[in-house]
Amino acid sequence: MIEAPSTLPTGGARLPRGQTLRRGLAANPLLVVGGLLSALIVLIALLAPLLAPFPGDAGTATHPFLVLRPPSAQHWFGTDNVGRDVYSRVLYGARISPLIAVAVLAIACAVGIPLGVAAGYFGGWLDEVIMRVTDIFLAFPPLLFALALAAVLPASITTVIIVIALTWWPWYTRLVRGQAASVAGRPYIDSCRALGISRRRIIFRHILPNSITPLIVQVSLDVGGVILTVSALSFLGLGAQDPTPDWGLMVAEGQNYFLTSWWVVTFPGIAILVTAFAFTLLGDGLRDLMDPKRIFLR
Amino acid sequence: MRLAITGLQVSFGDRRVVDLAELAIAEAEIVGLAGESGSGKSMTTLAVLGLANTVGARVDGSIRLDGTELTGLSQREMRAVRGRRIAAIFQSPALAFSPVFRVGSVVHRALRLHGMTKAEAAAAAQRAMRQVLLPPGLLDRYPSQLSGGQLQRVAIALALALRAEVLLADEPTSALDVTVQAEVLELLRDLRDQQGMSVLFISHDLAVVAELCDRVAIMQDGRIVEQGPTGQVVTAPASPYTAGLLAAVTRLGAGGGR
Amino acid sequence: MTPLPERGGRAPTPLLEITDLAVRFGPVRAVDGVSLRLAGGPFGLGLVGESGSGKTTIGRAVVRLVPVAGGQIRFEGKDVGALRGPALAGYRRAAQIVFQDPDNSLDPRIRVGASVAEPLIAHRVVARRLAAARARELLAEVGLGPEFAGRYPHQLSGGQRQRVAIARALSVQPRLLVLDEPTSALDVNAQARILALIARLRADRNLAYLLITHNLGIVSELCEQTAVLYLGRVVESGATSELLSTPAHPYTRALRSAVPAIDIAARSARVVLPGEPPDATSPPPGCVFHPRCPIAVDRCATEVPALRRVRPARLVACHRAEEVLAGAMEAAGQPLSSSREAGASGLAAEGSRSPGPAPADSGDGPHADRLR
Repeated sequence: MIEAPSTLPTGGARLPRGQTLRRGLAANPLLVVGGLLSALIVLIALLAPLLAPFPGDAGTATHPFLVLRPPSAQHWFGTDNVGRDVYSRVLYGARISPLIAVAVLAIACAVGIPLGVAAGYFGGWLDEVIMRVTDIFLAFPPLLFALALAAVLPASITTVIIVIALTWWPWYTRLVRGQAASVAGRPYIDSCRALGISRRRIIFRHILPNSITPLIVQVSLDVGGVILTVSALSFLGLGAQDPTPDWGLMVAEGQNYFLTSWWVVTFPGIAILVTAFAFTLLGDGLRDLMDPKRIFLR
Repeated sequence: MRLAITGLQVSFGDRRVVDLAELAIAEAEIVGLAGESGSGKSMTTLAVLGLANTVGARVDGSIRLDGTELTGLSQREMRAVRGRRIAAIFQSPALAFSPVFRVGSVVHRALRLHGMTKAEAAAAAQRAMRQVLLPPGLLDRYPSQLSGGQLQRVAIALALALRAEVLLADEPTSALDVTVQAEVLELLRDLRDQQGMSVLFISHDLAVVAELCDRVAIMQDGRIVEQGPTGQVVTAPASPYTAGLLAAVTRLGAGGGR
Repeated sequence: MTPLPERGGRAPTPLLEITDLAVRFGPVRAVDGVSLRLAGGPFGLGLVGESGSGKTTIGRAVVRLVPVAGGQIRFEGKDVGALRGPALAGYRRAAQIVFQDPDNSLDPRIRVGASVAEPLIAHRVVARRLAAARARELLAEVGLGPEFAGRYPHQLSGGQRQRVAIARALSVQPRLLVLDEPTSALDVNAQARILALIARLRADRNLAYLLITHNLGIVSELCEQTAVLYLGRVVESGATSELLSTPAHPYTRALRSAVPAIDIAARSARVVLPGEPPDATSPPPGCVFHPRCPIAVDRCATEVPALRRVRPARLVACHRAEEVLAGAMEAAGQPLSSSREAGASGLAAEGSRSPGPAPADSGDGPHADRLR
């Protein structure tokens, strides 16, 4: 006798894909807010030249007579210590810090995911080797590592990206490896093996998708962390150099004037805060969306 | 009646998961609460323990223990009742014991929390362990070093040491081997006969309920559809649902293959 | 060897033949010299035992999920362990397994229909574009309507998930199915439905299955033959109905008597087994069951009992099997409270031999030195 579908939490049959997405979004305000905010930031980055009242200020322009003016109708965020419009520089900064963060995290994922999956699924000596290499890299304090590399490499954005990525990938490897090892032990993987499904298929279709969920959240949380690390390196003179409108650099440069001209530090600082917040919300929302169980239990 | 449940309703928002008109347990009696998963058995246990709100449920109705109304009590007052007067054991005994502590220290702490001195607690623990036929030395072990059956017996020992009047047993043997299950069931019978304990035995396994319990209540969708002395309910079920459940139970010697 | 039903007077070639199987996990001998035979379908062999008996490991060894340390598994005469390449792929289609944990048997991220279609596609059983339709047919065969194909596993009940797992295993048209505790995580009604499903599939598909369970009631419904396992060894095997009605091994008796029965008439006097199953890394000498056996004698501590024929279709590994059949257990006086004196079974939990009531009239040698 064929069973009719029982009453389910969703109470309904399968929905077409578009409706599933819309329902997912409706059930997930975090994702909507995070997504919109992140999209806004990306939009600002793209349209910076059009939005900034003083695009030259994001470059080499200086205005000695407009030094350290407080926020006004002309300069919404005031001016910095060489007279540049902070608002314009913040807008242009949207092109830099998040971009560096994305590049860093992309590299870290590109390295971490394959290594983590391999270590977790295959285990044995491969796992040992990968984990020991990971341990070695984890032993380097990021800033000291950066300083060491800075002795060899020229100070630039590229250097910063390489340096931070090198210290970031081990964490992701560990994260993915733990998850992959756990997934590899589950009955449905045994079921695949018993059914003679190829190893390749098992890894790409089952292990990988089930292993990267914690990574997605971690990545979004790390955006803010990377931006802060970037600014630390910029502060040490290892990253973006003046006049690049990197937010971290702006905070570093403006800290001397903080007590008298609060706007030089505050607005770039708020920009970092909002960006990190936006991507974190996006990550949380994405994780909920990707987890078939959670979304329907809301 | 030692434990009297009347008009108990447990709800999540406007979804009612338990709607018990009446359920009572006398002294020295084992009452079975049987039903399929999702019938509301476990929520009933939580409600009696005053823990239903921890999962977001609302409780209405009356639960009286020796005349004292439990539903209105504050958390602090309930804590004096929980463990001391109403003890509970669950399906997974390992969950009752933190893996980083020796089993004995958990037992001791529980006994001390309910007012015993160190000496009293040690003596009570030893005595209780012997009553459940475990060497008291096992108290020095970690949960991972004990089998499921042994852990379950330690949990029962704790209830004994606290001299609980009522024991709520929520699927205590479902995860155990059948021979170990037989021992635990025997232990529960001893508790009833020698300590006069009232036991509410919750299970989806009708055969176990039929063997162990003096009276049985069958639950379906949060309601009790039938209640009465075990022999009666099992041989002459009044409700078609009960009859269906009984018919579905596998019996030894049925068919014998082809 | 499990005795097979005679057909037409000559012994039939078994579909599956396990000879002296040994599986080790480090120092633990999970399976220690097990021999079994499974006839071609329709046929059911029950593997009964408690935790540590090795029954699950045997099932996994049959489908080559665990490495074998000794012995052989032959399927249709061919050594399963030696198969490679296309022959191995063929075996993977012929012998399938359904696991006991319905919560984790399916990939939670993949819809049910796709899960069932996956082996079809991987083995090219049907063209890719036809796989979805065939998956729906399989779901219908296990009693699930086509609406289920688009659902995720967590949207199904435990019983429904188990059926999807069965459909997935059936997709490659196996001739042998290993069912590892198919109903232990389910409650009564879901259990009954799964059992009915297995019975129907057995008839429709001429299936042979190895039914691994601790539940004696299930084997009595679905298996012609049953083997009882204890600590990695077969202690008794034979036709299910006879084995359950007149067990020849003390452990089988104890197991049988421990099963709760609804009908009062079906309840037998409980045989109480003191203590816990022994540590698998250092099994007791002689008969592995002797520390807990109510009728153990000196010989049991020194000599491993061989699996021998005591009746035309019954194999038992016990020195005193004939006496057990003749009623030695009852004579040994196994009332419900004899070994429940304080400390009696507790001390046995330490692994030493249990002192029990000395049987008054079994005439087999001195028991005085059992209490050591």
